[in-house]
Amino acid sequence: MDRVKDLASKKAAVIFTKSSCYMCHSITQLFYELGASPAVHELDNDVYGREMERALRSLGCNPSVPAVFIGGKFVGSSKDVISLHVDGSLKQMLMAARAIWF
Amino acid sequence: MGSRIRVGVEDEKGAQRGMPSFNSELPISNSCYTEGNAIDTFHVSDFGAFGQSYRLEDAVDLSGNPDSVFNSLKVSGQTISPGPVRISALDKLPTSLDNSPLTNQTQLYRLRLTKLQSSNLGSGTILSGHTENQEESVMADASPRTDISTDVDTDDKNQRFDQNQSLVAVGSDSSDRSKDKSDQKTLRRLAQNREAARKSRLRKKAYVQQLESSRLKLTQLEQELQRARQQGVFISSSGEQTHSLSGNGAMQFDAEYARWLEEQNRQINELRAAVNSHASDTELRMIVDGILAHYDEIFRLKGVAAKADVFHLLSGMWKTPAERCFLWLGGFRSSELLKLLVSQLEPLTEQQLMGITNLQQSSQQAEDALSQGMEALQQSLAETLSTGAPSSSGSSGNVANYMGQMAMAMGKLGTLEGFIRQADNLRQQTLQQMHRILTTRQSARALLAIHDYFSRLRALSSLWLARPRD
Repeated sequence: MDRVKDLASKKAAVIFTKSSCYMCHSITQLFYELGASPAVHELDNDVYGREMERALRSLGCNPSVPAVFIGGKFVGSSKDVISLHVDGSLKQMLMAARAIWF
Repeated sequence: MGSRIRVGVEDEKGAQRGMPSFNSELPISNSCYTEGNAIDTFHVSDFGAFGQSYRLEDAVDLSGNPDSVFNSLKVSGQTISPGPVRISALDKLPTSLDNSPLTNQTQLYRLRLTKLQSSNLGSGTILSGHTENQEESVMADASPRTDISTDVDTDDKNQRFDQNQSLVAVGSDSSDRSKDKSDQKTLRRLAQNREAARKSRLRKKAYVQQLESSRLKLTQLEQELQRARQQGVFISSSGEQTHSLSGNGAMQFDAEYARWLEEQNRQINELRAAVNSHASDTELRMIVDGILAHYDEIFRLKGVAAKADVFHLLSGMWKTPAERCFLWLGGFRSSELLKLLVSQLEPLTEQQLMGITNLQQSSQQAEDALSQGMEALQQSLAETLSTGAPSSSGSSGNVANYMGQMAMAMGKLGTLEGFIRQADNLRQQTLQQMHRILTTRQSARALLAIHDYFSRLRALSSLWLARPRD
């Protein structure tokens, strides 16, 4: 959990993924499309990957990846991100966290 | 009603043998041939009559009371072993009785029994069973008679039965003859008859089972045909039954979708009436909320169906051909829908226009992102299945490779459900956001416009399928 929080605070937009997860690919692409450059951390390529996955699940992230953090705060998984994007909240959060400027 | 079977010789001496119920006419309606209910009814009412008034019951190895006999009869395809059956020297009788008054009835009965048995009623065998019982007691006092062939099949049962009828008539004549000669022969005959009877019963059972499964298949095919007709699909091949699990999920969803469409039509009509009659905002809002909730319902149903059969949803076979043309991840494209609506929703305020434009852009971006994820998945799947370099470790290594490949591919396929789910999520969110941006009246018009668009697509599909081809 510490590691998760630590990594999440390092950049305005942070996404935890797995290399085998294609939904993660989608969400990451969405962020690129919006102009944000998220920090992407692949859990299956991380030494502490398993613990981090447990930590993400304990935050309520289901499925555990993709797990999105904006401004250090946990936002949610793919379903939450899409919902927030549709009603415009995602962009506002990104702007507030200075991940994007317009 | 239907055909009736006269199984006794009512005005003959047989009646005096205490078989009044045996003489009773057994109403068997024609529907009996195809429907189990009637057959059961037959068993219930008539066999009971058999058992009770049958004086020879005691001599028969029927495991006791009529009830248990009755119950075992009710099990389809089974018949009772009626106990030792003696069949002897009935050859001569028919000829001698050719001119007897029994002949007509005999022939009539034979005809009807053949019909019964060919339609696979267990009752036929039951009757034969009884016949055998009857014969036994009659034969107990039989005079020397030539043995008939023991090749027992349905025809023979017929023969025995109606021969037995005649026996009933002449029974009183032979009752005083001793059973001198044929004990040994009869025992052998009985055994052989039992065996043949058993084989016949098994054959009948197999046939019945075959019929049942064919019937089941027929209903399934009919359902599939109906579903496909609804979608305007041309059915050229028979239904595929290899994966009944997924087939059921698909069929079930199709049925649910059809019901959903019907309900939606009803709601839209209600909305249209309200809009045209300039109903109040409150009333409109109620109907609009209902329609949006109804959309939630189809997304929920699709979620369930995605678990059962994701490929069915992805294929779009549950939609009409023209709709399928625009298929994206198992449904419509929200961004396209919004583009169509903008022109119809005017006049819009500045803020509303901006809101709708943003919404359109957002949904477009989300669609693109999901599409890219799908593409990556497909590419990866293709790669997984195409790496097939033969391993140097021999055939066992190849098999392990192959199975590993398959396992990986299976895992990847599992993620498809997630994509459909998010695509539907996007559609649902878009509809709801649209509703938030627009006024009630505008939302009402938007929903009407959306419905009209899709119903025109569906109509187009029908026209297309019905077009004259040369």
